[in-house]
Amino acid sequence: MQSEWKFTSKDIAEKPDLFMSGHRACAGCGATTVLRLLMKATRGPTIVTTATGCMQIVSSMYPYTSWAVPWVHTAFENVAANAAGIEAAIKIMKKKGRVKHSHVDVIAIAGDGGTYDIGLQALSGAMERGHDFLFVLYDNEAYMNTGIQRSGGTPLGAATTTSPAGTVVPGKLETKKPITEIMAAHEIPYVATASPYYWRDLIIKTRRGLEVEGPAFLHVFAPCPRGWRTDTAKSMELAKLAVETCVFPLWECINGEYQLSAPSKAIALSPEKKKPVREYLQLQGRFRHLFTPKFEKLIDEIQKITDQRWQRLLKKCGVSASKT
Amino acid sequence: MSEKSWKEISIGAVCWKPSTALLTGDWRTYTPVRDPAKCTRCLLCAIYCPDGAIHWKPERNDIEFDYNYCKGCGICANECPTKAIEMKLL
Ligand SMILES: Cc1ncc(C[n+]2csc(CCOP(=O)(O)OP(=O)(O)O)c2C)c(N)n1
Ligand code: SF4
Ligand code: SF4
Ligand code: SF4
Ligand SMILES: [Mg+2]
Repeated sequence: MQSEWKFTSKDIAEKPDLFMSGHRACAGCGATTVLRLLMKATRGPTIVTTATGCMQIVSSMYPYTSWAVPWVHTAFENVAANAAGIEAAIKIMKKKGRVKHSHVDVIAIAGDGGTYDIGLQALSGAMERGHDFLFVLYDNEAYMNTGIQRSGGTPLGAATTTSPAGTVVPGKLETKKPITEIMAAHEIPYVATASPYYWRDLIIKTRRGLEVEGPAFLHVFAPCPRGWRTDTAKSMELAKLAVETCVFPLWECINGEYQLSAPSKAIALSPEKKKPVREYLQLQGRFRHLFTPKFEKLIDEIQKITDQRWQRLLKKCGVSASKT
Repeated sequence: MSEKSWKEISIGAVCWKPSTALLTGDWRTYTPVRDPAKCTRCLLCAIYCPDGAIHWKPERNDIEFDYNYCKGCGICANECPTKAIEMKLL
């Protein structure tokens, strides 16, 4: 199932944008880079459906659309059910000879709110029923479109409007839900994490998710300057640092077998390359309160949890636990 | 009142015009300006730009900024390996 597709940066730059310019995302929005790259990985006729959230809103200012492919907006909680319906319809139309293409790819896109929280049961059901589509979670770690509310994907210590940092509470009190592992536990053919900084890896993984027969789940890290209180120029740098600190490691799980992807594998092999979480946190206004004497200890806690999760992942990937 | 069949109902919220008609360049404060002498045409800027505002022109073997859409985020300047792009207040 490994894709034979070889491409250069020129091939990617030359391919027309299927997620087009003129969208209304904030300057420096990481999720829009994700969508551009995602659509560069398509292999033919493709139908996209998105749950509500920033990427739906910014790409469909009535009567304008940023999608150069058939695109269906759906409610917040049911994008996976929608994709399942589209896939089933194509299957039967193919049988009846009404669809002549050898394959029509279906991509469902949702934010963290639409995936970790409200869309989870539709997603779990569609994966369990084995529908052949790619579900893409762009994770900007809060409900951004409605004003930065915390979600199951918001990390520990992040200030959001519903987990504000105050004099007593240091931002969100709970850790990030391990959604990708939850999807891997569905034992579907393809599950992976990706970061737009590692654009080649993201494109390859998208293509694999499209090529595989059956459900695929891709979890993509998507820095959000508006909600993270970060410099608009730093979105790709943050997408890199999240990987380098092992806050967001890159891996694949193919038919239940875990394996590290190259950027994270390099860290596993040379643990001295692993950066402290502090370097990632300090660039972001949503963690600003952690750099005060009152809440400083939480940085150690975040480091500890990051290390524990990293070690657990190494074990799953069959890499012997390192010293870091 | 007789009910309408679905074929008679008018088409609802269909977005049919490409968003390329919306010129987001007027959001920009700082403008990326590239020094062609420093640029290696690696295309990283074109790949990372969230707004698809940097185009590859194979016939000229060069990139071109599309200031109709560039929002001035500075990602291209931040990621350019040779520091060929400077964000300027024009
Ligand atoms: C059932 C329902 N509840 C609430 C909303 C309002 N709503 C629209 S977008 C959104 C936030 C989406 O968050 P997320 O999925 O993380 O995407 P993001 O906006 O962060 O990209 C909310 C709460 C809605 N549209 N439908
Ligand atoms: S709020 Fe964040 S995710 Fe939404 S458009 Fe702005 S930068 Fe992108
Ligand atoms: S990233 Fe820099 S060197 Fe590479 S093409 Fe863009 S301007 Fe040129
Ligand atoms: S400043 Fe931002 S929007 Fe403008 S060309 Fe550079 S990356 Fe694209
Ligand atoms: Mg979100």
